[in-house]
Amino acid sequence: MSANIIYAILVTSIATFLSRILGVITSQGITETSKIFRWFNCLAYATLAALIARTIIFPAGVLSDASYLSRLLVVLLCLGIFFITKKNFVYPTIFSAILMAVLNNYF
Amino acid sequence: MINKNFFFKGYRSIFTHDSPAIALTCCFIAIGALLKNLGFNIQESIFSTVLTYALPGSLVMAESMLIGASLLNIFLAVWIVNARLYPMAVSLFPLMMHKSQPKWKYYFSCHFIAVSAWLIMKSNYKKIPKEHRIDYWIGIGSAAMCASIFGTFIGFSFSEYLNKDMMMGLAILNPVYFLCMLVGASTTIPVTLSVLIGTVLGPIIYLFSPEWSILLTGVIGGTIAYLIGEHIVS
Repeated sequence: MSANIIYAILVTSIATFLSRILGVITSQGITETSKIFRWFNCLAYATLAALIARTIIFPAGVLSDASYLSRLLVVLLCLGIFFITKKNFVYPTIFSAILMAVLNNYF
Repeated sequence: MINKNFFFKGYRSIFTHDSPAIALTCCFIAIGALLKNLGFNIQESIFSTVLTYALPGSLVMAESMLIGASLLNIFLAVWIVNARLYPMAVSLFPLMMHKSQPKWKYYFSCHFIAVSAWLIMKSNYKKIPKEHRIDYWIGIGSAAMCASIFGTFIGFSFSEYLNKDMMMGLAILNPVYFLCMLVGASTTIPVTLSVLIGTVLGPIIYLFSPEWSILLTGVIGGTIAYLIGEHIVS
């Protein structure tokens, strides 16, 4: 294995684990009925929503080559399918990959 | 030790009809292919998935390596991107902590915190007795990790067959799946508000501060949602 790659993986894993372990240490003084727990719950959901919105609107990597319109179209149609299929996660997920590949190929 | 019944109950939970295993595996197929293109070998790719086990962090590492960033830069970039795992941990572990369980389980299993496993646990924890939730969580995390390793292996092995259109399809799958899961989890006023405000505020703040946008949105949007939610409930 290349030393540089191993160091990069180790540094990445330490940086990631740090947030996780700090979260567990902080959790020890918090009960699930407390106000601070409810606040952190809102923080977590808002953070995740921001991450997903950013991934769709300002993507990094290969997705940045797809147009705004195609990304928006895929997301809206998949949300529609999600509700039509009574909140099934699998159908919109698979449909999103197929639709994105097709849209990118033809438009 | 780990209660086998609850461990396997958790393990099986990601293979249900609306399983996240498909989305998770597809996302790691993309990561496996990306790492191969970066010059990783199969051991390094799987090593990276097992040790990091967070998609945005892996992507940031890959992009940083592409531009020749230093280890310190990689550490800071990944730490900022994955700082979201902190509020996720604090909003999950109090639900699983029980005095009868040893602390090593919590320290060990925090490595499994990632969006898919977190959302499954948040949806199902009420069905599991509090004493055994940590075993159930370790089961979910182990299954999600196995799906990730499998995806990385497949992506690495078949990267030459994945053209740009297919990679794009795999890339959109992850946010669409998580978006559906978040919408599905929005069953209370504070959570619904958090998701709505986070979705709107995130891209706006990104225009002013790309690096800190996710964390800032989490704090600002989450606090607004919490305050409104508390006001409505009271």
